[in-house]
Amino acid sequence: MNIDFILYKLLFAVIILMLSLVVAMYATLAERKVAGFFQDRLGPNRAGIFGLLQPVADGVKLFFKEEFMPAKADKVLYILGPCLTMLVALLSSAVIPWGDTLIIGGKEFALQMADVNIGVLYTFAVVSIGVYGVMIGGWASNNKYALMGSVRAASQMISYELAMSMSIVTIVMTSGSLSLNEIVSQQHGMNWNVFTQPIGFVVFLICAFAECNRSPFDLPECETELIGGYHTEYSSMKLGFYLFSEYINMFIASAMISTLYFGGYNFPFMNELGLSHNWISIIGTLVLMAKIFFFVFVFMWVRWTLPRFRYDQLMRFGWKGLMPWAFINMIVTGFFYMLIKRGF
Amino acid sequence: MNQDSTKISLTNRSKVVSNKKMTLMERFYLPAIFKGMIITFKHFFKKDVTFQYPEEKRPFADIYRGLHVLKLDDEGRERCTACGLCALACPAEAITMVAAERKEDEKDLYREEKYAATYEINMLRCIFCGDCESACPKEAIFLTNRTVPSEYKRDSFVYGKDVLVEKKNARIDVSKRQTPEVLAFKKDKSKSHNK
Repeated sequence: MNIDFILYKLLFAVIILMLSLVVAMYATLAERKVAGFFQDRLGPNRAGIFGLLQPVADGVKLFFKEEFMPAKADKVLYILGPCLTMLVALLSSAVIPWGDTLIIGGKEFALQMADVNIGVLYTFAVVSIGVYGVMIGGWASNNKYALMGSVRAASQMISYELAMSMSIVTIVMTSGSLSLNEIVSQQHGMNWNVFTQPIGFVVFLICAFAECNRSPFDLPECETELIGGYHTEYSSMKLGFYLFSEYINMFIASAMISTLYFGGYNFPFMNELGLSHNWISIIGTLVLMAKIFFFVFVFMWVRWTLPRFRYDQLMRFGWKGLMPWAFINMIVTGFFYMLIKRGF
Repeated sequence: MNQDSTKISLTNRSKVVSNKKMTLMERFYLPAIFKGMIITFKHFFKKDVTFQYPEEKRPFADIYRGLHVLKLDDEGRERCTACGLCALACPAEAITMVAAERKEDEKDLYREEKYAATYEINMLRCIFCGDCESACPKEAIFLTNRTVPSEYKRDSFVYGKDVLVEKKNARIDVSKRQTPEVLAFKKDKSKSHNK
């Protein structure tokens, strides 16, 4: 534990945080642009060229809006809600391997904040806390629509977390590790998990949509029924935090999908290129980014294609649709794993 | 439900709705979802229908029925004689006018001895049907391909002669509306409004 190491980790943490924030910022613009294109419109294009300053304008607008707090709101919890959501959204970026290692001056620097051996568990723990932000915010608002939104959010997240973790258990089973870095390095080249776990991938993808409260699972914040859902009573930057954390969540979820199923920073023919280790790492990081952006686009693509579920459909789908498939997938994978790898 | 399949269809686009059981593949929904996503993805590359309004204006048809104009004749005299046929023809009762007699020194202002001292159209009442135009025996009022702009007060929508009469140095071309066929129609005494 020397000073180089601490400085490097500090710098890396700042970079990752900035990256998450900037990506989330421009994801709001991308969302509106993509929505525009899907609907044969242009999307925002007045602030800056291609509307590049639109996120800044939105941010300024949110900052200068009136801070409104309901008279009977629980003050502490009311403020804690968006803070918690934002914090949790940013926390999960710590264990994602953003790239292989960089060798600078004989020292090896990992492009990962913390290579903990329980990376998968950590992500799940953090993601589960995410529901508290929504729940607390909805409860503290003292508004029935907000409460209904947050109750929906809580039950939805809990329901879909089960199927999600079951699809991950299969990944953990085949790779034999909970460390995300280990899972990625096992998918070297083109040995991506998506080819061996297609059902698991589909289940995970659908659950990721639900966990991010994205359409078609955006029931906690459905405007038509609940005015705004859990953030009905929020305004100014507190609302901004809620909306913003949704995009960070989307970014992190895309990173998780790429890491677990699409080989993370691995890309085909990475050994045949004959480049130095550092170059491969840098290209790998860029490839991972490309994968993440593709999945962010898929998130938006689905949002502007599919209508929202009805609540009973959502629950039925989660428990009676996804759960059995995740379960079958887990059992069949376990069976074949025993049969082939252990030679029974 | 139990429609006769030989029933004549007007558009050939109607579909018979049924509550048949979905097949196993349909119950997975995923193929249908991909189909939908492909449809939206095609739209991603389609040409946008947006007109960027202040810079780019939607082209109007030449015979668009928009804001009215009270025409001057070739020598710059007002054609309107305040006969009131337009007000009579107006189904929305948007037009009011007050007639006055031309003075000796106003011969270069008004073409005939009688003219409209005030002529007002309430643009909130007007339905832009163009009946005033076809009722006018003097080719004085026309609808143009201009639009009525928004205003802050309801009173501002009552347009007087200051807005409606065309300016001498900024003539408004209505020749597209005044084709030979239209003129022939107006001269046809068998048509009810010209009797």
